[in-house]
Amino acid sequence: MDNTTPTPEKKTETLNEVVIHFAGDSGDGMQLTGTQFTTSSAIAGNDLNTFPDFPAEIRAPAGTTYGVSGFQIHFGSRKIHTPGDTCDVLVAMNPAALRVNLKHLRDRGIIIANNQGFTPKNLKLAGYEKNPLEDGSLNNYQLHGVDISKLTANALEDLNLGSKIVDRCKNFFALGLMFWMYNRPIEPTLEWIKSKFKDKPELIEANTRALKAGLHYGDITEIFTTRYEIQPAKLKPGTYRNITGNAAMALGFVAASRKSGLELYLGAYPITPASDVLHELSQYKNFKVKTFQAEDEIGAITAAIGASYGGSLGITATSGPGMALKMEAVGLAVMIELPLVIADIQRGGPSTGLPTKTEQADLFQAIYGRNSEAPLCVLAAATPSDCFQMAFEASRIAIKYMTPVILLSDGYIANGAEPWLLPNADELKPIEAKFHTDPENFMPYARDEKTLARPWVIPGTPDMAHRVGGLEKEDKTGDISYDPENHQKMVNYRAEKIERIADDIPDAVVDGDKEGDLLIIGWGSTYGAITSAVERSRKKGKSVSYVHLRYINPFPKNLGEILYNFKKILVPELNKGQLLNVLRAKYLVPAIGYNKVQGLPFKAAELETKIDELLRG
Amino acid sequence: MSEAAVKEAKKYTAKDFQSGQDVRWCPGCGDYSILAQTQRVFPDLGIEKKDIVWVSGIGCSSRFPYYMDTYGLHGIHGRAAVIASGLKMARPELSVWVATGDGDLLSIGGNHFIHVCRRNVDIKILLFNNQIYGLTKGQYSPTSEFGKITKSTPWGSIDYPFNPVALALGAECTFVARSLDRNAKHLQSMIKAAAEHTGTAFIEIYQNCNVFNDGAFFHLTEKGQKEENVVFLEHGKPLVFGANSDKGIKLDGFTPKVVNIENGEFSKNDLLVHDENKNDDVLAYILSSMTYDPNLPTPIGIFKKANKPTYDAEMNKQIQKAIEKRGEGDLDKLLHKGETWVVK
Repeated sequence: MDNTTPTPEKKTETLNEVVIHFAGDSGDGMQLTGTQFTTSSAIAGNDLNTFPDFPAEIRAPAGTTYGVSGFQIHFGSRKIHTPGDTCDVLVAMNPAALRVNLKHLRDRGIIIANNQGFTPKNLKLAGYEKNPLEDGSLNNYQLHGVDISKLTANALEDLNLGSKIVDRCKNFFALGLMFWMYNRPIEPTLEWIKSKFKDKPELIEANTRALKAGLHYGDITEIFTTRYEIQPAKLKPGTYRNITGNAAMALGFVAASRKSGLELYLGAYPITPASDVLHELSQYKNFKVKTFQAEDEIGAITAAIGASYGGSLGITATSGPGMALKMEAVGLAVMIELPLVIADIQRGGPSTGLPTKTEQADLFQAIYGRNSEAPLCVLAAATPSDCFQMAFEASRIAIKYMTPVILLSDGYIANGAEPWLLPNADELKPIEAKFHTDPENFMPYARDEKTLARPWVIPGTPDMAHRVGGLEKEDKTGDISYDPENHQKMVNYRAEKIERIADDIPDAVVDGDKEGDLLIIGWGSTYGAITSAVERSRKKGKSVSYVHLRYINPFPKNLGEILYNFKKILVPELNKGQLLNVLRAKYLVPAIGYNKVQGLPFKAAELETKIDELLRG
Repeated sequence: MSEAAVKEAKKYTAKDFQSGQDVRWCPGCGDYSILAQTQRVFPDLGIEKKDIVWVSGIGCSSRFPYYMDTYGLHGIHGRAAVIASGLKMARPELSVWVATGDGDLLSIGGNHFIHVCRRNVDIKILLFNNQIYGLTKGQYSPTSEFGKITKSTPWGSIDYPFNPVALALGAECTFVARSLDRNAKHLQSMIKAAAEHTGTAFIEIYQNCNVFNDGAFFHLTEKGQKEENVVFLEHGKPLVFGANSDKGIKLDGFTPKVVNIENGEFSKNDLLVHDENKNDDVLAYILSSMTYDPNLPTPIGIFKKANKPTYDAEMNKQIQKAIEKRGEGDLDKLLHKGETWVVK
């Protein structure tokens, strides 16, 4: 670099929102780069939404397309609902990263490529015959080949570090360059480096230098003529932190434990993408959280049932294949009427399917997936931070109604992150959990008049020893009964108990007009994409209303009324039409589906097109 | 338990543990004896009734909790050991018992069984081993002998049976014993010993299914046969058996052999002396290997008793440690953990 060159004139442009995709080899530190950029943007006051995209293989061979690890961040001065359909900037550390992600880059989008990553070997691995940085094939984009590895090495030259260590710092050079380009504060990252490497001063120096070198490079090089500014978003005042869905869910359970006074017990078996719930909760031992990594999925749920029987808040967290294994035990929990929360972090299926990809196809399994008539409550979280609220809500309902509750999340919101306006612990409503201790006229299956819940009597309570189990119970006494009339009665009770939960949940809220041509019904993680699409359609002057369901069984009581006020109902889902089916069956409405099963979330643009089509027709 | 509570508990009689539900096993079933011996022993355990829980899976044996006037959970097939584990982790002060059968514990529940043993969860497992599926009306079980002819194996079973004691030892269970439904005194003493053990206690009880597998253990339980076919394991004592106590077990290297101690060739001093507390499991394995050997008597008694911290105690210790180290959890602090920022 010629330091005598005068700093070229740079202009600053203001943007409302930007999507950056960082991509490289699994070992290139792209997740870290992305999260650092996220923190910095959050502190700059932007709203944002992020999504990591990592390979299913733990250490895929370097340079391969299936070994590409990516991190997408969407940030802006307005409300951001999704990680972005397409990206404005693609940072590609090697040819494979470029090949995998180019299709997500918008026309005229910016490519920052690490020149040193485009070696003949890497080009071949990615399936390029010629170097795309040189052959003109990227003319439709703003291509910037940068000597990221080389410039990083130059910056660290006199530190006498091994070449491997030097190479590992190149992601911070790229980060520094992005910090320059988007006017981000670097202090949070400097702080992070200091605390991360506090016992390794040479690494503090190396990473700090790499970061600053990237920043200065943007300033002095002639390649970049424009920097961008993104004003802070108008966000609700309060304290925020960035959170993934799985972390938020774990906190929701801890909060429910605290607010109910019940000890939390998680039985779990490692499964993608649910394992982080186990990892998170296993850290909270000082909250008396007991986590048990069982020998299998069935062990995980049945241990949780044992704990619930003993008076804990029993939880299990899994994904589709694990759900399938647990279902007999869920039926037991329905029969013995104990609180239990089963979190299903959905992934692509069937069978092993696409473990790291997202899908919403376990809805039928959640509602219907047990032998015989075994109704239970089904909830679904809408966004990463909503996982907190819904975990809390699932626990509340499970305890109050003495029932298993299935909480649906999916890989997209489980791993995706967004700023979370932190609730004040004191403001969270207490959950009433009482153990029945009065032996006078005690009957294990006598029911609360309002909720139909049976009394919760835990072992250790004097003079109330009784037996529960999977055999049909006689009404009130809980004795084994094969009586036909009694069975009918108990099946009806169990169904009605779940139906009555509808009295205890919020009404569905219509976003938009209460009647009109088109209503969209969504559930789960599609919230962000649908909201964006609806906003865009309205900007074009179209009238479209939107209801997002968090409560799926039972539905909010006013849902039927809402449905009947629209000419068309569209149900977008990442499955073949499961909610659609349930809505049609229950309300006899001619709703239509918009369905996608590609292991990917919806793009706002594709929903927008569908909305246009329906309003035209 | 407080001393007063112990005194209170001691006032129980066998009748106090009868739930009053009609017992619905087939007349003549060995389960009746197991229930009766349990009800006889429980008043002497010094445990309050309210603190006792019986957990079961599915099968004839798994009806057991309904007949005990304690807390009870009749679970699903094969899962009793892990349901009980979850309960014990949540409530370590409870006395948690599992009633199970050979199909329930060793077939559908085999995975949970080995893992509960390995973890040493402080629960007691009574295996009612009748070497047959009773409730489903007579299919061969994982402990049925090779060649067994049943409804599902008209040409004879081609499965080799599990040896439950060896399986428990292999999974490093800390208390492993075997008893007989028709030997009331011995069964009572085994249940008592299991109750006194801290850690997973496993008792294999040979139990006669008089409908589908009648007489499977008569060679071990009936007069005129049992004397030659059973050797009782007694801690610190040589392994002597036979109608006239004229035979014993001697080790030839690692191989147990029957020797005569009456004809002058060998004496009691030559015999294998049982040590249930032996730290390694070698002796217990050797004894367990005698089980299906037609030339050797079947060992009955405690094979192994070892002390090892239990899973439930360790789990609760970690929680105490975490609280000591980090202080009792503060929800507000937890929510605000990590990088936060304020929007004004």
